[in-house]
Amino acid sequence: MPGTDSEATAAREASLPARAKIAVTAGRVAAALSQKAGRGSGSVIGGKVALKLDPDLLATLAEHLDVVLVSATNGKTTTTRLIAEALRAAGPVVSNALGANMPAGITAALAGGSDAKFGVIEVDEKYLAGVARDTRPKAIALLNLSRDQLDRAAETRMMAEKWREGLKDTDAVIIANADDPLVTWAASSCRKVVWVAAGQAWKEDAWSCPSCGGVMQRPGDDWFCQDCGFRRPQPHWALQGTHVIDPQRGAWPIQLQLPGRANLANATSSAAVAAVFGVPPQVALQRMQTVTAVAGRYDVVSYLGRDVRLLLAKNPAGWLETFSLIDQPPAPVVLSVNAMDADGTDTSWLWDVDYERLAGHPIFVMGQRKLDLAVRLEVAGLQFQVVDTLEQAVQMAPPGRIEAIANYTAFQQLRKAVAN
Amino acid sequence: MSFPTGHPQQYEPQQPAPQQYGRSSRMSDSSLRLVWVYPDLLSTYGDRGNALVVERRARQRGLGVQRIDVRSDQAVPTSGDIYLIGGGEDRPQRLAAERLRNDSGLVRAAENGAIILAVCAGYQILGHEFVNDLGEREPGLGLLDVWTTRGEGARCVGDVLAEVDPRLGLPQLTGFENHQGVTHLGQGVSPFANVQVGRGNGTGDGTEGAWRDTVFGTYLHGPVMARNPAVADMLIKLALDVNALPPADTTWYDALRAERIAATRQPA
Ligand SMILES: [Zn+2]
Repeated sequence: MPGTDSEATAAREASLPARAKIAVTAGRVAAALSQKAGRGSGSVIGGKVALKLDPDLLATLAEHLDVVLVSATNGKTTTTRLIAEALRAAGPVVSNALGANMPAGITAALAGGSDAKFGVIEVDEKYLAGVARDTRPKAIALLNLSRDQLDRAAETRMMAEKWREGLKDTDAVIIANADDPLVTWAASSCRKVVWVAAGQAWKEDAWSCPSCGGVMQRPGDDWFCQDCGFRRPQPHWALQGTHVIDPQRGAWPIQLQLPGRANLANATSSAAVAAVFGVPPQVALQRMQTVTAVAGRYDVVSYLGRDVRLLLAKNPAGWLETFSLIDQPPAPVVLSVNAMDADGTDTSWLWDVDYERLAGHPIFVMGQRKLDLAVRLEVAGLQFQVVDTLEQAVQMAPPGRIEAIANYTAFQQLRKAVAN
Repeated sequence: MSFPTGHPQQYEPQQPAPQQYGRSSRMSDSSLRLVWVYPDLLSTYGDRGNALVVERRARQRGLGVQRIDVRSDQAVPTSGDIYLIGGGEDRPQRLAAERLRNDSGLVRAAENGAIILAVCAGYQILGHEFVNDLGEREPGLGLLDVWTTRGEGARCVGDVLAEVDPRLGLPQLTGFENHQGVTHLGQGVSPFANVQVGRGNGTGDGTEGAWRDTVFGTYLHGPVMARNPAVADMLIKLALDVNALPPADTTWYDALRAERIAATRQPA
């Protein structure tokens, strides 16, 4: 739990109920101890300790904040950051910017929030309903749902069902991606929904109607179920090319420093969220322009005299979006895949990724599961080289900026490797 | 017809016609008809990989391949050479079983001697019955003499090593399993393999999968062909009705197999 000592924090903490006060202090002590022991920032541990002492702490801390929750399979960290920047136009913001997105991490982030007006909170999909109950948000952004870590995650439709059940009585305005049938189904039982046509490149988890099981028809950007009539709602907001279209049909250019279609979609949803709090799209979008790398993602680093861009892709939908933003061939590409617990230990998802799209790029494969990747690429008919380290890949790579795409723990390792 | 995951893939130029090694091929014409059943419902565990590997290994032998991806609102053709069915979650599995029972194309293809390989949820559908997402007994297609109940214990998740039925002449199997079902084998089938590591059918007797004639079921994904190209080759040989195929490079498959077999024997 970060130790902020501003007067505002002190005043705010003084106003907390006794139990919450003790919990916050205990959490801060635990976090400091954990930090001293070299275990990262200690914020999650601090949050755990604090929540144990006061199970209502999250609710207490959220009470005088205007809270926005952001959940999705992909893009929630970036979108949380974009919304946080946009809302800073209207007041101070507290956010779990580093992606600690389960209740303990969220509690820790809010406890460090001092004088914030807004709480912009990324929430793990599985915890969304509970966090929504505790924090009584004004808005909830639902971006997308797709397969991720199949060895332990629930199926995507079950996740949509959990959202649907858990959010149906919420007073929050739901900002939902109308192009994702699973998200639409989850949101369509809510009272207040703002639909955003944010697009969805990955379609393989929604060929079956989430409502009745019928086969989904998907002509162009539209989708509908012939059997039960469940269909794409009319969007209020839309991403059109590189513009946000607002409900009054105003078109606002998006100028992000973050690359890719997925981030244009994230900016569109973020603009729709900002509007709920009275921040107009032009102001929101202008503020989003200041966001560069998010937790190291999209960071261009200099390594061994070469430019290397670090890209995170954790699941098939994420890889698909990433392929669409990398430099054209012959830009060299490094792929790194691990299968540790945090990645999911089942690598079969590699076969759901269209690696065929990398034709023409010089390709280097590395990571714990480089041989799984090698077979995948061989079957795709691609040329590639297997390497042990990023250093080797960089030394062998032909000229040009190197695009390094990695899944979760492999990405952390790449960051470490280039930090030297 | 193509399922919208794919992109046109580039392959090396076709080599000489396949007839040179198929004396009494089952194949109706010179290209292998590879049918992937219901990718919209049963393609959760990288099952597309099995279709890609069979296709790749057939083309490496100079065979033309016609891949037919059949969505669950389309009729299953009866004239395919090889049918692949993948794994899926509980609700899609029920929907797939309902639609396959109504369609009857797969059953008729099987009666004509088609080659079928099904994985996990697909394997259960080939049997007499399984337990569906509503907790009810759902009839399967009865193409394999097996039936599946729901396991009481923990889900079977993890790497698997197994020795294949020696009559099939295949090397050790490596793969990944992730299922709750327990599949019981009747008199009409043999175990596809016996596990050395992993749970396989989950019955506690070490059996993994089931087969008879040209119909195979297994719990292994990974997908199974990526780690066991010999299984893909076996299906191609059955389709051509030959005992051997020209060699095709297995360097990367072999490296992956060695790594996974070692890792499975000695978990970190
Ligand atoms: Zn429907």
